[in-house]
Amino acid sequence: MDFPGGKVRFTSEMEFISGNSETRVPCFRVLDQYGRLLNNVDFEQVSEEAAVKIYANMVTLQMMDVILYEAQRQGRISFYLTSMGEEAINIASAAALSDDDVVLPQYREHGVLLWRGFTMQEFANQLMGNRFDYGKGRQMPIHYGSNKHNYVTISSPIATQLPQAVGIAYSLKMDKKNACAVTYIGDGGTSEGDFHAGLNFAAVTESPVLFICRNNGWAISTHISEQFRSDGVVVKGRAYGIPSIRVDGNDALAVYTAVKRAREIAIEKHTPILIEAMTYRVGHHSTSDDSTKYRPINEIEYWKTARNPVSKFRNWVESNGWWSDEAEAELRTRVRKQLLQAIQNAEKTEKPPLRELFADVYDVPPANLQDQEAELREAIKRHLEDYPSDVPV
Amino acid sequence: MDRDPTVCVMGEDVGHYGGSYKVTKDLANKYGDLRVLDTPIAENSFTGMGIGAAMTGLRPVVEGMNMGFLLLAFNQISNNCGMLHYTSGGQFKIPIVIRGPGGVGRQLGAEHSQRLESYFQSIPGIQMVACSTPYNAKGLMKAAIRSENPVILFEHVLLYNLKERIPDEEYVLNLEEAEMVRPGEHVTILTYSRMRYHVMQAAKTLVNKGYDPEVIDIRSLKPFDLHTIGNSVKKTHRVLIVEECMRTGGIGASLTAAITENFHDYLDAPIVCLSSQDVPTPYAGTLENWTVVQPAQIVTAVEQLCQ
Repeated sequence: MDFPGGKVRFTSEMEFISGNSETRVPCFRVLDQYGRLLNNVDFEQVSEEAAVKIYANMVTLQMMDVILYEAQRQGRISFYLTSMGEEAINIASAAALSDDDVVLPQYREHGVLLWRGFTMQEFANQLMGNRFDYGKGRQMPIHYGSNKHNYVTISSPIATQLPQAVGIAYSLKMDKKNACAVTYIGDGGTSEGDFHAGLNFAAVTESPVLFICRNNGWAISTHISEQFRSDGVVVKGRAYGIPSIRVDGNDALAVYTAVKRAREIAIEKHTPILIEAMTYRVGHHSTSDDSTKYRPINEIEYWKTARNPVSKFRNWVESNGWWSDEAEAELRTRVRKQLLQAIQNAEKTEKPPLRELFADVYDVPPANLQDQEAELREAIKRHLEDYPSDVPV
Repeated sequence: MDRDPTVCVMGEDVGHYGGSYKVTKDLANKYGDLRVLDTPIAENSFTGMGIGAAMTGLRPVVEGMNMGFLLLAFNQISNNCGMLHYTSGGQFKIPIVIRGPGGVGRQLGAEHSQRLESYFQSIPGIQMVACSTPYNAKGLMKAAIRSENPVILFEHVLLYNLKERIPDEEYVLNLEEAEMVRPGEHVTILTYSRMRYHVMQAAKTLVNKGYDPEVIDIRSLKPFDLHTIGNSVKKTHRVLIVEECMRTGGIGASLTAAITENFHDYLDAPIVCLSSQDVPTPYAGTLENWTVVQPAQIVTAVEQLCQ
């Protein structure tokens, strides 16, 4: 009889399998460093319309990040973090998904929400925590959530979304829907317990989940050499029996191809897939960080310029005759105007009313919360002069 | 599960094994492997999975093989289960039930004898109920499953063998209501779960000694049913709380504060709270008995309270 687990070949060779292969897992790319199509590449074709849409969204995302980061610096919003350097991962992966696929983000994937139609105004409302914010002013900036866009509200603790993605995929599978769960994680997040159990569960339950790891080299100030000793994240898929691939995260076409194909396989074959997108975190971790304290400025500059995913994709789009300097200028002017207007509108809008402090903790406020709200209203009446003017009572 | 196809079960060994205390026995045969899901050993993760499934329209019942192991799931329970409905602005709801056997058993050792209700009670957004009889176990389970809020249902390891005649027709109990076990005039005894039985045993002795205790099984640990409790306090003016939680930071501590705050004027004596010792539950049988409240102590406490 075989060991539980099935037949296995025996050997007389006493040898340890090395912790790392001699050669690293290769990285799939479609475009070269300058945005030129490589020869003999098997990739998903994109139409002119699709390519222009992807590019325009990458530019919009880039501009959003620059302007909103500045807004935080000016004290207009309390916190922001950018996805600079990761525009291709954000937009191209989103473009490869269907609107029915449920997205569970980490926190550096607002480009996915942008692709799905979240407007500048909707973003600004959340950042300002005003009364039009879908989160009703309850979460910190960047922690977007929108059920109509199938984008689950972001929760700060790292990796908690991975087992939840398995639960969502399980639910989609039970309903036999033509959709999958898609969840994002950074390189640092793969150290969390939930990463391991999430991947293991997805494999065992045969759930259609795409695990997209943005390996951008840094977890705040922790370089990946201090995060793990494996060959990155892609090799971990094998450990759980999950098909995996490593792609050039700065190559929009490579990301698009990998995600599109992964999605088809995941849904058809009821399997999770792990995608490691190699990239670089050009921005600081967030507005609370100054990354020049732990990494060389010339390294940041190099990735910002020579390896910029937006300019790389622009080269390819332009080489097909689908873009021009005029189009670029027009786009940037339009986005800038829209964004500044949205920020202004959001700033002038009232905050959510006091009632929203106590609503939604449960479906209906229980007696103790009703009491607490009544007490608070009493206190406010007695000290109206101390109460903020932009918060309706 | 029969009535609503979105109800599903997940946990370790809940499928063909039927659960560590056989609570899910035969469900896998009836409803299949997908609706009764055996999970790998990672509490934080299958709780997270349950939360994800709940957000997309299922009503999962997540089993902790022993409630104590759910400490590993604290992150998901607190940060996601309790918070996501609120932080998403009401967009995502989590109608999940988290249940399992807990409490002090017979020589199961410290890690298998925990009272998690004290650790979870502060988490905003969750509800907690403790069942104690076959009748209220069924009614509360149904109520918990049908609730739109996340509910933690505490079962007790020593109460699974109880037998009781229960109605054939369908009934659902109110999650926020306490249960009047024995009406009385002299003292209000508030208890829940297994301690209800120690209280009732003490009550027999007390009745023989001429006392008339009112016994209320509070059932709802979060929020407290202050309406029922308040009416009792206004009648008897004396309160004894008997719980299995530890003295420090337990349900009794919170209940004492709530009653004092709301019904101070009606009390003729300070509230007495009998709780377990602030020690990890020992394995040795005699030591274990002395960490929890025994009927004799309850009798003495009532006698002192009524002097």
